[in-house]
Amino acid sequence: MKIKALSRSTTEYTRETKSDIQKLPRNIDPELHPLERAREYKRALNAAKLERMFAKPFLASLSGHIDGIYSMAKNPWDLESVVTGSGDGELRMWSLSSHETVWRAPEAHRGIVKGVCNIPGGETDRFLSVGTDKLAKVWSRSESAVASDGITPETVATYTGKHAFSGIDHHRNRPLFATSSSLIEIWDVDRSEPITNLTWGADTINTVKMNQTEVNVLATCGTDRSIILYDLRTNSPLAKLVMTLSTNAISWNPMEAFMFATANEDHNVYTFDMRRMDHAVNVLRDHVSAVMDVDYSPTGQELVSGSYDRSVRLWDVNKGHSRDIYHAKRMQRVFCVKYTLDNNYVLSGSDDSNLRLWRARASQRMGAKSNRERSAIEYADKLKDRFAYVPEVRKVLQHRNVPKGIKKASRTKQDMLQSRKRKEENTRKHDKSGKPRVPERKKAILGVTNK
Amino acid sequence: MSVTDKLALRMHTEAEGGSFSKGNVSHTARQEDADHTNNADDSDDERAPRTLRDAPAKSDRTPSAKMPKQRDNKKRSKSSNKDEDSKKKKREPDAIEKEILAKSEKYQRGLKPTMGDEKPAAIKVRSKKAQPKIEHEKRRREIAIIDAARSEMLLTEQAGYLEAEGEMERTYKVTQDQLADSLDINSRAKIFDLKLEEFGPYVMDYTTNGRHLLLGGRKGHLATIDWRSGRLGAEFHVRETIRDVCWLHNENLFAVAQKKYAYIYDHSGAEVHCLQKHVEPTALGFLPFHFLLASTGMTGRLMYQDVTEGRIIGEHKPGYGPNHVLKVNPYNAVVHMGHGNGIVTMWSPRQSQPLAKMLCHKGPVQAMAIDRSGTYMATSGLDGSLKIWDIRNFKALHEYSTMRPAQSLDISQRGLLAAGWGANVTVWKDALVTKVDAPYMKRLLPSTTVSDVRFVPYDDVLGYGHSSGLSSIVIPGAGEPNFDAYVANPFETTKQRQEAEVKQLLDKLAPETIQLDPTFIGRLDPRSRDQRQLELLEEKRDQYAKDKAGGKYLDNEVKNKMKGRNSSAKRFARKRLNNIIDLKKLNEIESAKKKQQESEAKRRKIPESEKGALGRFYDEKRSTA
Repeated sequence: MKIKALSRSTTEYTRETKSDIQKLPRNIDPELHPLERAREYKRALNAAKLERMFAKPFLASLSGHIDGIYSMAKNPWDLESVVTGSGDGELRMWSLSSHETVWRAPEAHRGIVKGVCNIPGGETDRFLSVGTDKLAKVWSRSESAVASDGITPETVATYTGKHAFSGIDHHRNRPLFATSSSLIEIWDVDRSEPITNLTWGADTINTVKMNQTEVNVLATCGTDRSIILYDLRTNSPLAKLVMTLSTNAISWNPMEAFMFATANEDHNVYTFDMRRMDHAVNVLRDHVSAVMDVDYSPTGQELVSGSYDRSVRLWDVNKGHSRDIYHAKRMQRVFCVKYTLDNNYVLSGSDDSNLRLWRARASQRMGAKSNRERSAIEYADKLKDRFAYVPEVRKVLQHRNVPKGIKKASRTKQDMLQSRKRKEENTRKHDKSGKPRVPERKKAILGVTNK
Repeated sequence: MSVTDKLALRMHTEAEGGSFSKGNVSHTARQEDADHTNNADDSDDERAPRTLRDAPAKSDRTPSAKMPKQRDNKKRSKSSNKDEDSKKKKREPDAIEKEILAKSEKYQRGLKPTMGDEKPAAIKVRSKKAQPKIEHEKRRREIAIIDAARSEMLLTEQAGYLEAEGEMERTYKVTQDQLADSLDINSRAKIFDLKLEEFGPYVMDYTTNGRHLLLGGRKGHLATIDWRSGRLGAEFHVRETIRDVCWLHNENLFAVAQKKYAYIYDHSGAEVHCLQKHVEPTALGFLPFHFLLASTGMTGRLMYQDVTEGRIIGEHKPGYGPNHVLKVNPYNAVVHMGHGNGIVTMWSPRQSQPLAKMLCHKGPVQAMAIDRSGTYMATSGLDGSLKIWDIRNFKALHEYSTMRPAQSLDISQRGLLAAGWGANVTVWKDALVTKVDAPYMKRLLPSTTVSDVRFVPYDDVLGYGHSSGLSSIVIPGAGEPNFDAYVANPFETTKQRQEAEVKQLLDKLAPETIQLDPTFIGRLDPRSRDQRQLELLEEKRDQYAKDKAGGKYLDNEVKNKMKGRNSSAKRFARKRLNNIIDLKKLNEIESAKKKQQESEAKRRKIPESEKGALGRFYDEKRSTA
């Protein structure tokens, strides 16, 4: 007779000393884990609820400006500081970790500061600002120290333009910067006159953005509803795209140099491939008023946009709707937004003169995490992913408390769009010409001209 | 690329380098020779899961960090291997692969990894965006299945066995004394008889980790024992009849079916609750994932009570009279009840009708047991038969007989069937799957009557209560050798128990999750939206008809024409009713629509000749719609 019976020795299954970790054998046989689907679903639901419970995106409101904040620049060489320019011509440099103003120039410009940008390189802390007073000024916190608070520090350099400036951006590695007014001017930092003027059409330009990866390309958008791409090597335009409504801001994708996002007056954010601009790559629709600014996350996977509807929205570039909406009771029209370069925070500057600091992922918490904590978070994320399509989980995950105004407006907008669509379908029904349907990605595009 | 290939290349590298690459999913085995050196650093970061979260159901998860690399390699190999692939002959899986594929069966959960070079049937969906995602997920799952099967070699324990060597030897002739001689001291201690002649016969229950034993004597004796160490927990006398006992989620609480009500006691024996809704209970069952205590009794009702918040979750009336057979199906948490007319019914707390009814015996159902995979059910009836059922399709499989009707049945974790009848306990091996001729083991304890047989989870022990106490015998091969410490840990410390309790409570399932098929959650509803709405409407209609028949809307029907005073309250009531779209209104709308359609159909169609110049203004569509 062959005989063996189970006999587990205690020493094999318990720890020897108190400082040991407990022995926890595993067996992944499904029969030992009954109702696994239901239990995972329950965990997913719990994880979704916890995510919404911990979703406290607002971190700080940095006050100091007297007028609204209309321009903002982050510094690729310094995670901590950000420069803002306000409607009364004041410039401020903020420390994001201490939530304080570290430097300010009260009367930097007469009129609105329309644009600020850092001078790259990291050797100096210089940055540029332009205003409606036709001046472009170079500032430095270390070089142009403040004599006493409330007195505007000395500029490092000043450039005089012919028109009121509306935007500025610096070249990634050459001492050049571009300004926009009624034309695009390319300046060499060592010369007082622009070295090149670029024009195509004769309207006011809203903004200019240099591509930081494909460094010789720059994009502008004007009040004539156009987006124009220029090449610095040939000093000539590449292509012009005309949309149904004008574009307010442009942001280049930092990872995919040929992609850019535009903040449009028609409440949508569009992403484009500069090689094929006859259709948008994606249309991001959720805002209920004009989008004023848009910025890519450093990963190029996410977008943040600020809108005239007093909200900031965060987007996955591949999806059509926002993944989150940030709003605050006192926050007014948002004019500039930035995704910080550590991919963890979002900044918004609004009409109410405050700079707001938000978490990029509302329920995420910073700080060191233990292994267990991290694996628990990863597991929860995976579960939420897997059960995201189950109605109960989705309901929890998608729920947002949205201000009444936005909610109402979005409902009205939805009705409007729906009725428009219905009408279109009705006309199509009785139309014999059989025109093909225009895809949503093409609808807002009037035309493209390539040079 | 099939799983076998993946398997082959993994084994290949492992044999040579001691680590296997997850990277080259679509390399051929031949190319792997050249490649595996490059991937030597690419060792397996997907080992046995570290935490509870990682593992149980998630063998289909693989770390995503690996994925980009995998994609790279795939691209690379796709171009280089294209011509090679086309020439390659179909390769049969070799012996090791076949073994792993065979092992992988239990991890499949509906998805079968493909054999040889067979291509899996593609799932077609309309969305172009979703298609690659689905394919990707499927590939990952296939890999995970194989990995899970491979991880079996990490299991440390082997199952017990008792095998006859000569032709003349019979395993059922081995007595416990003979067995004890060839067992180690640890196992020998598991064979014992407790002589408790005063208050028997005894019913009993083991905790899910098999460590604690709860004893209830018919005449009121209650005791909890850590039976391996022999440490007594609580022992007291309730001074009334005890008909059944049952542990709740851990060894801190247990429920007892007493003469009039069910009671819950804690580990010290203090009465925690008197469950007065459970009247004259005879059988108890606990649903550990739902925290529900189910009971049935002389009233014949099935009661579900949530033990965390005390609410009665369901109360069902099968209508077959007093009842004493109740078992919980561990696979889907459905409660099975055996009735006096030979019927077995299956219940979910939220459905007032049984999920299924089976006529199992010609006489009353006497005992029942369900195996942990939820496939087999064993029932015994007073008609003297012992039947095995496939409860997935409600069919009888085999029939055994005992000299006297089996009083109690149990199925062990590894599928051994035990029956207690008269003074005997008989154990069959493989009795569920095939019809066996002879029992595996048996034991006779003269001048007793066996009242309750229970296998100990994760141990080769069978405990049984009888008229003169309790016996514990060793049945080799009964228990699952490898336990999962996150499910049930026989060596649990207090701290671990406390933590597990919190987790259990966090994962407490809603009673709605109890269905015959527990995997229905998260499944796609294949019905179209219209169909769904139609069915919903029908459901509503049925409910309405039922309610109306029950007289629910009698006083709700406020007539519109009322003589006399028009009070504001009545006006309000009417107004409120106006806003409610109920079935009556829906029916009216529907009938109005029908009428309109009919009248339109009746309308004379104007022939083309009569239309004349104005013909284009006749709207054909409207008259036919």
